[in-house]
Parts: sequence; structure tokens; C-alpha cells
Amino acid sequence: MTADRRIVVTGLGATTPLGGTMTQTWEALLAGESGARALPQEWLDRYDLPVTFAATIKQHPSEVLKKVEIRRMDPSAQYAMIASREAWADAGAPEVDPERLGVAIGTGIGGVHTLLDQYDVLKEKGPRRIYPLTVPMLMPNTASGNVSLELGGRAGAHTTVSACASGAEAMGYAAAMIRDGRADVVVAGGTEAAIHPLPMAGFAAMRALSPRNDDPTHASRPYDVDRDGFVIGEGAGVLVLESYEHATARGARIYAELASIGMSADAFHITAPEPEGAGASRAMLEAVERADLSTRDIMHINAHATSTPVGDIAESNAIRRAFGDATDDISITATKSMTGHLLGAAGALEGLITVLSLYHRIVPATTNVDNLDPEISLDVVRGEHRKLPDGDIAALNNSFGFGGHNVALTVKSI
Amino acid sequence: MAQDEQQVLSGLAEIVNEETGVDAADVQPDKSFTEDLDIDSLSMMTIVVNAEEKFGVTIPDDEVKNLTTVGDAVKYIQTAQG
Repeated sequence: MTADRRIVVTGLGATTPLGGTMTQTWEALLAGESGARALPQEWLDRYDLPVTFAATIKQHPSEVLKKVEIRRMDPSAQYAMIASREAWADAGAPEVDPERLGVAIGTGIGGVHTLLDQYDVLKEKGPRRIYPLTVPMLMPNTASGNVSLELGGRAGAHTTVSACASGAEAMGYAAAMIRDGRADVVVAGGTEAAIHPLPMAGFAAMRALSPRNDDPTHASRPYDVDRDGFVIGEGAGVLVLESYEHATARGARIYAELASIGMSADAFHITAPEPEGAGASRAMLEAVERADLSTRDIMHINAHATSTPVGDIAESNAIRRAFGDATDDISITATKSMTGHLLGAAGALEGLITVLSLYHRIVPATTNVDNLDPEISLDVVRGEHRKLPDGDIAALNNSFGFGGHNVALTVKSI
Repeated sequence: MAQDEQQVLSGLAEIVNEETGVDAADVQPDKSFTEDLDIDSLSMMTIVVNAEEKFGVTIPDDEVKNLTTVGDAVKYIQTAQG
């Protein structure tokens, strides 16, 4: 990547456990709402799941998509389509040569509903009854393929897969497409629709999920001393990235600049984070350096902070390792306390939240931190939202994924 | 049990509408699946499988290519129902 083409954010879209749009999601974040709710009773009756709640999507896709679109797209593609349409409209539906328009949408798991539902059909009714669109619906690139088809994007349609860092990695990939001169506009983000009994049982078997069945809205509590796992969420977050020249030439509203991406791998354990945060801190420092900033310039971090006992401390260590004493001046929030953990969409949604935090100069407070864990040595924004200063400011968005993936995005105010 | 032409046509129109979004009223005997209704081969396979289930018949893959129009499909289903 060369630094001579600036990349800006001109459109935002999302469908999340907090709302059917990015606007509704942002308002719900400022209201401190929780997206966690009980799972459908039929699942609980049939599967006897150890965890009985999740941060399910607030607005069912059938409220905004056509019946045929619901039928022919896996939920992971449906969510991406809803978010992409909102982002595209929000950007003012830019006129762009189709061969200069790209798509990059990541996912952690892909079309797992289709895969598992059709396996049920296979067992119950045989191969003849398998839906002929099964393969294009279950493939991980089903979302980017459908969105590229919808918008006519022909510069390339890509899918990054790095578990819970997928969405952030897609945004970095999209920025690289513009920097490398492959595209002028890229629709980028992440999507996930994995709230299904099997992945739920799988995450529960790892003891990764909070078992707080009697109190779902207080289960996601990053940094709190009583945190006991994450709350699985679903949805999509998508933004429109544009070269600065392209955006200004058409007079687009610019939310912020996506200044850089830093990436590393832990090569330590398939799921556990490296406890000292060496890999994560390298990703953060790389992001800061590539944005031509120093560690003192970062005012805010939207942390990965999923509410697991080990993960939140490892990230805290990584931040302090990267920023040293400057850490004390960074306002840090964990919006998963409200949204739940959207897995492959998490990095994208939190990227969008970081963009809006800079645009509105406000950091939404982390909820449910009743007693800050003394091992967390960060300035966690809680209780009240935090006003960010005027002038040129910058923020980071951290995302980490099973497999040891570390991704940090730098966002600058415009 | 054999159904009359109109019953099969309206049942088939319902399947086509659900799968492709084509207005059920446009699914008429003289319409070609590909030329008039813009139905691709994957959607056609879905329509065939759903029709088999709905009408209790079997439509072998080799026969599908002969079902050019909606009328061809209605006739085939009626015959197969005996």
C-alpha cells in the first residue's frame, strides 16, 4: 500500500441487534440499550441449549427485503444486502464506472444456516429435495457476490475470512484496492448470521459464551470483574469507501478518513490470545505508523473487548504495550456491551461506530461495568459518554479473531 | 388424484411466484419459462422439485428440457398424475 491516495468514508449502513439501520443502531448505543434477548422457544425445547439467549437482529429482514430475496439468499447475504443498500443510499448512490467499483465483505462463518438447514433436508427427504441454490447460498462469499451483483461492482468482489477480525480485514482490503488503483469506490464491511443451534452449542462447548441465562441484557460486560464470556450477535455493517479525489469531485459528505490498517498474527494458540499482547500491539503500532501518526495522536480506541475473562486482559496489556504512558489519555470503549459480539461483522460494525464517534465527537459509554476489573489498566468510558475534542483527531478500532488474527484500523477526523 | 388444468396452473403459478417473484398472473400456458418469464436453469430445477412435492409426481431431469412453456409443464403434471 502506498500512502498517496487518501481513503474516505462517505456512506454507512448496518442491521444489528440494536436496530435495522446504522442511524437506529447509533441512537440505541447512545441510549445504552442492549441487543441481547431470549432465543426462540422451539430451539430451546428441541436442543436443550446451555445458553438460551443471544443478540439477535432487531429488525427481521422480511420487513425490508422481497420474499424472493429472503428465499434465495442466506441470512448472512440478506443482512449484507440490507446494510449495503443503506450505505449506498447514504453515500448518495455515487455514479461510478462499474469497473472502478469494488466490493469486500468479510464473514467469519458464511452461510451456516443454509448449510445446516439443507443437511436436515438431506437426512429427512433425500438429495432430490435439496434446494438448487444451496451451494451459492452457503459459500462464504455469498454476501460479497450478491452485493456486487446488486450494485454492478466489477472491479472485484472479495471476502476476507479471519473469524472475528473478518469485517475489519475487509475494510483494510477495500482501502488497499483504492490505494493500489484498482477501484475508486468500494463497498466494504462484514456480515454474520450464525445464531443457529449448532454454532451456539459449539461456542458454548468452548465455554466462550456467557451463561447468564437469567439476565441476558447484563451478560455482555467487557472489563467488569464478573464478566464470564461473550454474547453471540448477528448482523452486518457496511461502509462506502472512496478515494478522496473521487469523493470531493462529486461533493460527497465525508464522515472520516480511513487512514490505515495494521495486521499481525499471534502464531501462539488457535483460540487463546497471546497473553502479553505482543501480536496485537504490533498491529496497533503498524496502524499508527502507516497513518503517519504517533501514539500520542490516538485519542480513542473502540476495543475488541468481547467480555471474555482472558481476552479483555490480553487486549488491555497489548494497548499498554503499544502506547505506554500515552494509554492513560486514550478514551476506550467496548460497544459489544450493547451490541453483543457480531463475530465476522464485529470489526465492521465497530469500524462504523468509530467513524461516527469521530464524526459526532462522542464516545458511547461501555455498559455493565459495575466493577472495573483491577487488571484492566485502561481509561474505560463508562457511566457517561465522553466528548472528544475539536480539531484533528484520530482513533483506532481493534479486532482479533480465532486463528490468532490481529487487525487495527486507524480512522482520522476530517 | 388428478387435478384439472386450472388447479395445476394456479398451483404452478404459486410455486413460480414464490421462487422467482414473477407475478402469478403472468404465469400463463403460452409463456416460455426462459424467454418470457426470465427463469434460469437453477430456478427451473427448484420449480420442478417443488412441483414434484406439491403435485405428487416425478419429473425426470431428461424431461425438464422438454418443458419449454408453462402449458407443457401443466400437461406433463396432469399426465403424470394419471
